[in-house]
Amino acid sequence: MTKTVDARGLSCPQPVILGRKAITENEFPIELLVETATSRDNVCRMAEKSGCTVSIAPIANDEFKLTIQKA
Amino acid sequence: MTEYKKHFTATRAGIITAGAIIGILAPLLQYLGNPPNMGICVACFERDIAGALGLHRAAVVQYIRPEIIGFVLGSLAAALIFREFKARSGSSPLLRFILGNFAMIGALAFLGCPWRALLRLAGGDLNAITGLIGLAAGIAIGVQFLKSGYSLGRSYRSREAVGWAMPALMIGLLALAIFNPQFSDGGAIFSSEAGPGAMRAPLLISLAAGLLIGFLAQRTRFCTMGSLRDVILMGDTHLISGIGALVVTAFLSNLILGQINFGITAQPVAHSSHLWNFLGMLLAGLAFALAGGCPGRQLILSGEGDGDAAIFVLGMISGAAFAHNFALAGKPDSLADGVLTVGGISPAGMAAVIIGILACLAIGFSMREKFE
Repeated sequence: MTKTVDARGLSCPQPVILGRKAITENEFPIELLVETATSRDNVCRMAEKSGCTVSIAPIANDEFKLTIQKA
Repeated sequence: MTEYKKHFTATRAGIITAGAIIGILAPLLQYLGNPPNMGICVACFERDIAGALGLHRAAVVQYIRPEIIGFVLGSLAAALIFREFKARSGSSPLLRFILGNFAMIGALAFLGCPWRALLRLAGGDLNAITGLIGLAAGIAIGVQFLKSGYSLGRSYRSREAVGWAMPALMIGLLALAIFNPQFSDGGAIFSSEAGPGAMRAPLLISLAAGLLIGFLAQRTRFCTMGSLRDVILMGDTHLISGIGALVVTAFLSNLILGQINFGITAQPVAHSSHLWNFLGMLLAGLAFALAGGCPGRQLILSGEGDGDAAIFVLGMISGAAFAHNFALAGKPDSLADGVLTVGGISPAGMAAVIIGILACLAIGFSMREKFE
């Protein structure tokens, strides 16, 4: 089951906090939506540090869909 | 699907490089005329701008600091070049304005923002240790709120004008700085003739340094508050490695430039009232954590189109006006004929810091959302 997390428009560090929470819930893959390059980079760094892999897909409105998988 | 490829500025080496460059530029600016034991201070400099515009009338701290303008426009340039400029706003702007006011009141109680605290440390001013402990305490409180679901709500993509407003204001401010018009007798634009406001590096050098720092800070997401917050929240040391680089290179630069002065009492533009150094920075740290960025970061965000960060910056400028008009700001230690008078804040200043902490706690508690 894909878990979707919408972190678009949220202030730092919320996207990372929500991503971390989703990772600890262990339901993969996680689709995390972010709006800025900063959130994208921060979530990716956190996910990789947590032992996951991340793929980035640019979506409409210059937003990003990050797909987090357990490595 | 694209695989994640790190650009240099997103790496640890990148942020360390940025921190190191800032750690060289700030002492250099001090060497070239900026106030001693300071170099760069986002809070003090925004306060100086408030003074230049006449929002307060403390004659010794009035000057349109080009560094602040440079931070915003340097960030704008980086955001435009690397296509990260995004006009956005709508995340509880009034609360951010209030947080900005209290962040500045807290910072001025200590006589410095986190950037200055780090630079003071790198110059031997041991009061910075008290301030940084207070900052960490305030951020730790903020982290508790963040972990309980605190959020100011999401921002939304806005029309371009919302994102360009702050850069436009900064360009206007730059014009005022360059042409220094006199709008009325004894009126704006004010410019200190003595005191810290009169201590300034040449305008173009200040502006150039600000632009470079703004550019680097935007690319690396440099944030003094975030550096401590990420360690406390999740043991992440990415941001703090940039801060560490700043402190080390600033210390070495100060050593070379003869700007080291170890001590606690009578440090330039600083006071040794330990409790209020601690509490002032606790307030500032809590406010920055609740607003999502240190004052430098807020300037950077406002340069990349973030209207909510811009409101926070305007809140800080407003807070500076209140701080000086209501005599809330810190007074430095003074040494006259070998007699030390410890500075600090007035009873009104103490009340303002306490009220600020209570207000931030109220915002923290009331803005928690349930996690889904």
